[in-house]
Amino acid sequence: MTSTVGRMLIVLLPFLVIAVFWATAVMERRIAGHPGQRGFFERNGIAISIYLLAAIGIWILLMIVLPQLYMVDYSFHPKLPAAQRGGEKDVYTLENYRYFIFGSTVRTDQFNTLHLRAFFLTIGASIFITILNFAICYPIAYYMAQVAGPARLRVLLLLLIIPYWVNEILRAFALVIIFGTSGLINTALLNLGAVSNPIDFLGHDIALYTGLSYAYLLIMVFPLFNAIESLDKNQIEAARDLGAPWWHIHLFVVMPFAKPGIASGCTLVFMLTAGALAAPLILGGPKSLWFTPIVYDRFYQAFNWNQGSAYAFVLLLACIAFVLLVLKLFKVSLGEIAR
Amino acid sequence: MSSRLVLKAAIGFYIALFFLYLFGPLVVMGVTAVNTPNYPQAYPFEGFTLHWFSALMGDNELVEGIKNSLIIGALVVAITVPIGLAGAIVMTQVYWRARSLYYLIVVSPVLTPGVILGISTVIFWKDLTTLTGLKTLYDGIFLATIGQATFISAYCMLVFLSRLQRFDRAQEEAALDLGASNSQVFFHILLPFLKPAILSAAVLAFLSSFENYNTTTFAILANKTLTTVLAGRVRQGTTPAISALAVIIILTTLAGAILYEVLKRREDRVKAKRAQIAAEEERGGLMVIEAAE
Repeated sequence: MTSTVGRMLIVLLPFLVIAVFWATAVMERRIAGHPGQRGFFERNGIAISIYLLAAIGIWILLMIVLPQLYMVDYSFHPKLPAAQRGGEKDVYTLENYRYFIFGSTVRTDQFNTLHLRAFFLTIGASIFITILNFAICYPIAYYMAQVAGPARLRVLLLLLIIPYWVNEILRAFALVIIFGTSGLINTALLNLGAVSNPIDFLGHDIALYTGLSYAYLLIMVFPLFNAIESLDKNQIEAARDLGAPWWHIHLFVVMPFAKPGIASGCTLVFMLTAGALAAPLILGGPKSLWFTPIVYDRFYQAFNWNQGSAYAFVLLLACIAFVLLVLKLFKVSLGEIAR
Repeated sequence: MSSRLVLKAAIGFYIALFFLYLFGPLVVMGVTAVNTPNYPQAYPFEGFTLHWFSALMGDNELVEGIKNSLIIGALVVAITVPIGLAGAIVMTQVYWRARSLYYLIVVSPVLTPGVILGISTVIFWKDLTTLTGLKTLYDGIFLATIGQATFISAYCMLVFLSRLQRFDRAQEEAALDLGASNSQVFFHILLPFLKPAILSAAVLAFLSSFENYNTTTFAILANKTLTTVLAGRVRQGTTPAISALAVIIILTTLAGAILYEVLKRREDRVKAKRAQIAAEEERGGLMVIEAAE
């Protein structure tokens, strides 16, 4: 019974928020009384207004807000056969989260080390890959934005755009060809006599981390390039004339200026890496740990959607935490990083 | 002088290394597609063959996947472009107290992992279709379209927003003063102004949909798309046929990507030209004033 009420509240919540804002807007207009300002319907005409409201209504309610809220609600319910849903057994419970932490829906005496390790490893490795990609891309972005002439810049941009659209599955596959037991590197090493047995790159996660870094490299380049491009060359010249060493110029002139671009690139790379599914599936060895394949298995191997939702929500919380951390660290607003 | 030369060489070396990292794996994959051995092998090169390309022709699962990907791509374009447009227009008009919340909500799909968008879409629509009795809508193609459209609409919105920033509201006001109706203003002033953005948003939407895997794999249910077929094949085992397929996909996507870039470039050039004309007109105007004085 309570769960039905809970679901109804979830559906009502967004409408409540809209109603509150609508009421404040109307009241504010009454009090301030801007005579020249036209209302939404007057301004757009009835037909266009209906299109605008319907389009963003479907998008925001049916595609963004309600599914997310519904997923969170789902994660707090036990797995039940369809007939019992909404019945007496359909109560709010923490058992899915208990399973994630303790490996059991009832006991709490030992930790679910496999899943917890996979989770923290995923977050840690994603942070590492984000920093690595920043380090790889910063010199390139700086060179393109400040040093390269227009003709060379055009060539470089074209060269970057070509691999940008290559699907992540194919990227992972390309790395399998290189890192596999009978892949390019091992064949070459064996032929040269450098090793007597092939090196297991896949089993040691080398292929996985390289693949993740490789897949999202360009996601980092473009935001950095866009940010550094708008920096006035005179600022760099001035710093140089005043005797600043090159690393001072980068650390205290270029990077502070490019903060929104750095934040944007880091957020996107982290989110894509932590949420990557194809690369871990294809490049992971039998003992590799990554969190998203575990989420996938909750759904389509264990067929426990409630547990899967809990796992997905944990991942989402980690991503939100990372975004907030970046916003705080770089002191930028969300509007500056999402472009 | 010589230290400058060393620096230049170092930069050149770094750039070369970067592009080697970027292109090396793709080139290796391309070579394996035309090499004869059964395992994708780039070295040693044993002989040129197109056998792996012809092996793809009779592959029914693959053909079905491509067909579904094209259908979903077309549906996604049809949904996301109007939604993105509405999202951008509303952004310019939304009540100021609600603006940051509105922005947070519409941009959040871009920053949410794709798997989560897929999961929430499936869960929500499963219950919604059951409750409303529209069971036929609980279908892989429909769900994948909706799941992808969630974040691709935001991409489109960002494309429209950047163009709308340059829209001169005075044009709208002038048309209204001259007696145009609101819908006439919309269709004859706003839409023509946004036309280049509509085109590039559509190409961007299609490309994003076509290459999406994370959201699709959760939402597609029993159906198949090109990316899910591809992922299954790569996991099963590696054959040069996948390399051949990869070469075809990369070439096709490239055609789309280049089209998208050309459209964007052309718009940028028009923009630059307009700015130049405006600057010249201003200068011309000043000269007229000076001459009058």
